[in-house]
Amino acid sequence: MKDKKPIKSVFKEGAITSEFIGNSIYKHQTKTSIGAHNIFLGQVRADDIEGKTVAAIDYTAYEDMANEKFHEIRESAFEKFELTCMHIYHSLGTVKAGEICLFVFVSSPRRKVVFEALEYIVEAIKAHVPVFGKEIFEDESHQWKVNT
Amino acid sequence: MLITVKYFGQIAEVTQKEEEELEVAKTSISKLLETLNARYTDLKNKDFQIAQNQELVSLDTELTGAEIALLPPFAGG
Repeated sequence: MKDKKPIKSVFKEGAITSEFIGNSIYKHQTKTSIGAHNIFLGQVRADDIEGKTVAAIDYTAYEDMANEKFHEIRESAFEKFELTCMHIYHSLGTVKAGEICLFVFVSSPRRKVVFEALEYIVEAIKAHVPVFGKEIFEDESHQWKVNT
Repeated sequence: MLITVKYFGQIAEVTQKEEEELEVAKTSISKLLETLNARYTDLKNKDFQIAQNQELVSLDTELTGAEIALLPPFAGG
């Protein structure tokens, strides 16, 4: 049942735009077995840390392993939940405060599934995917972000 | 044997490089880590996990892989 096409990269250079997100929604209008979508958007927060404000996060990743992990998360979500489709995009490079760095989009015939599936996928991404974030402050100093 | 060691995030700041090739004896991950700690003394102050051929491994794992990576805490999303 599973096709063996090569693993598609989840990464996009820079922020994920609202045009891109809107266009993704639009593309699903032909898939009329879907009755419910759910979307998670991770946004870069202008955290205040010891008087300095985060201006942007510079994302890097161990890309081969990260794409493999994204693939495993995807496969396991399809096994656990009755999903029609699923899309994950994560930024690499600089994403400014207020911009979107993670876009997860799940679709199913029914609503209950998409709430559970989306949380499962986002938590798995945070825990298992080797992505690293350098928080760059307004004065150009930096610190390394850690998921909590 | 010849292995490639990759460094990411704050680990790459310590090593001042993103990857290097090392000639090592067939050994364990912990022995390799001793070698790296001797070479990069600030490494012992850093929090990281180790992946061998893109899978996380523990220190007593046998070093078999062509590709080792030192991964600081994840920050995706």
